[in-house]
Amino acid sequence: MASARTPVVAGWFTSGDGDFRLLGTRCRACGAVYFPREDTFCRAPRCAGEELDEVPLSRRGRVWSYTDGRYRPPAPYPSDPARDWAPYTLIAVELAAERMVVLGQGAPGVTVADLAVGMEVEVVPGVLAGEGGQSWTTWHWLPVPAEDVEESS
Amino acid sequence: MTGEVAVIGAGMHPWGKWGRSFVEYGTKAARAALTDAGLDWPDIASVVGANTVRCGYPGQVAGATFARALGWQGARVTSVYAACASGARAIDTARAQILSGMVDTVLVVGADAAPKGFFAPSGGDRPDDPDWLRFRVLGATNPAYFALWARRRMALCGDTPEDFAAVKVKNAAAGAANRHARYRSPVTAEEVAASPVVADPLRLLDICATSDGAAALVLSSVDFARRHGVADPVRIRAVSSVAPVYPRTALDLPDIATDSAPDALVPDGFRPSIARAAYEEAGIGPEDLSLAEVYDLSTALELEWYEDLGLCAAGEGAKLLREGATALGGRIPVNPSGGLASFGEAVPAQAIAQVCELAQQLRGRAGDRQVAGARVGITANQGLFGHGSSVIAVR
Ligand SMILES: [Zn+2]
Repeated sequence: MASARTPVVAGWFTSGDGDFRLLGTRCRACGAVYFPREDTFCRAPRCAGEELDEVPLSRRGRVWSYTDGRYRPPAPYPSDPARDWAPYTLIAVELAAERMVVLGQGAPGVTVADLAVGMEVEVVPGVLAGEGGQSWTTWHWLPVPAEDVEESS
Repeated sequence: MTGEVAVIGAGMHPWGKWGRSFVEYGTKAARAALTDAGLDWPDIASVVGANTVRCGYPGQVAGATFARALGWQGARVTSVYAACASGARAIDTARAQILSGMVDTVLVVGADAAPKGFFAPSGGDRPDDPDWLRFRVLGATNPAYFALWARRRMALCGDTPEDFAAVKVKNAAAGAANRHARYRSPVTAEEVAASPVVADPLRLLDICATSDGAAALVLSSVDFARRHGVADPVRIRAVSSVAPVYPRTALDLPDIATDSAPDALVPDGFRPSIARAAYEEAGIGPEDLSLAEVYDLSTALELEWYEDLGLCAAGEGAKLLREGATALGGRIPVNPSGGLASFGEAVPAQAIAQVCELAQQLRGRAGDRQVAGARVGITANQGLFGHGSSVIAVR
């Protein structure tokens, strides 16, 4: 039985407490970064790299775009049909250092009214709740309070 | 240039939710296309089916299923799958058979009987399948992706929900005059604005439905068409179904992240590259077009296609729409069929249906939807897993 400590996908983010990060991989030959992780081959067409190292992704990024889900998604999305559907946000975040966009759910309570393209957000641990009290750990994006935004990023 | 093949027959089964088998829809469309071509089924040398895939299984492998339903007669049989571009791949396969001299005539068929509600992957645990993962981990439906693209257009290009609604109003007006369309009533901007939000900023009437439907074409060599009495046939001059080029920099179905770009994130070039390959193969440019049929999975995505096809500059899609250029009677009508807004998507049939519309328009048989003096048309479509296509037809 899944518990709140079981990741929804193994190896996609750090476990435990402390500095929470998404985990990707980086090609030793060309430096390309992958999320979800590629562990066998580099996908760059002119790179023959087959050695990729795990690498934590940037903690913060900027909103590339966002939306929400007003209707319950179909399976295999875990949700409890006994409970009323509560919309959640989906946020696509541009990571400056990796030059990539990563999609994730917004943290609970974040609505589209709280978001704007270009806004700074931070990756935080989250929980995905399923039927009958089952749950899994996942990642969420959380807007960074304005006074906390790093000048340089 | 590759060489041309003739479109000598086009047929469709009306789109809708009919509760029947895809085999029945496809067979009716095939019979209609054969009648339109003035050919008997036993005279057809090859049949190419665009696969109807449900739950990861190409149910009743399409080419053979349609050949059996029409009556086994010994033709070559081929089935192809390329997600939303399956129909275009079927046309391209038929074209290659004709241009190689292998056969003179090919029947191309695509048909679907769509499930209700959101498209979803099949059951079971498949953590190595990106399409399964995006539903499992994020609940990211197709409309969620359409909405992400729409919101980004609003932020970067200044598009408004009113612009998106105007696309629906335009396409519904055209679809009302199309007997094969599923939705045949005019729609007002107020009705779009009153429909429920599905994925902010898109509302129910901004997003295409999933439909039952079927489309078929009879293709032949140009010589065969002339011998058969068609002096000035519609000809397919280009079929493009190029893959994207690494790195993808726009979030696309079914991915959870983009590739990592070596330099700054430049705009993603996939959709423009599909059209560019078609233009290059046909030896024409956007200025030569009489009409375009584009994949309006959402109203906002239609505006994106205007730019990707080169009908206007980047970011100016909504301006082109507001000028009325893309409406019937405008400078470059887009989706005179009514588009997916009026049809809903019947995946393996849709790219073939787009070419059926080009054929009817170029033959001057589109009735109230006719684009005056149509000589050159283009289609564009895009789907899961880096599939997309564009077909150019001329007369
Ligand atoms: Zn590499």
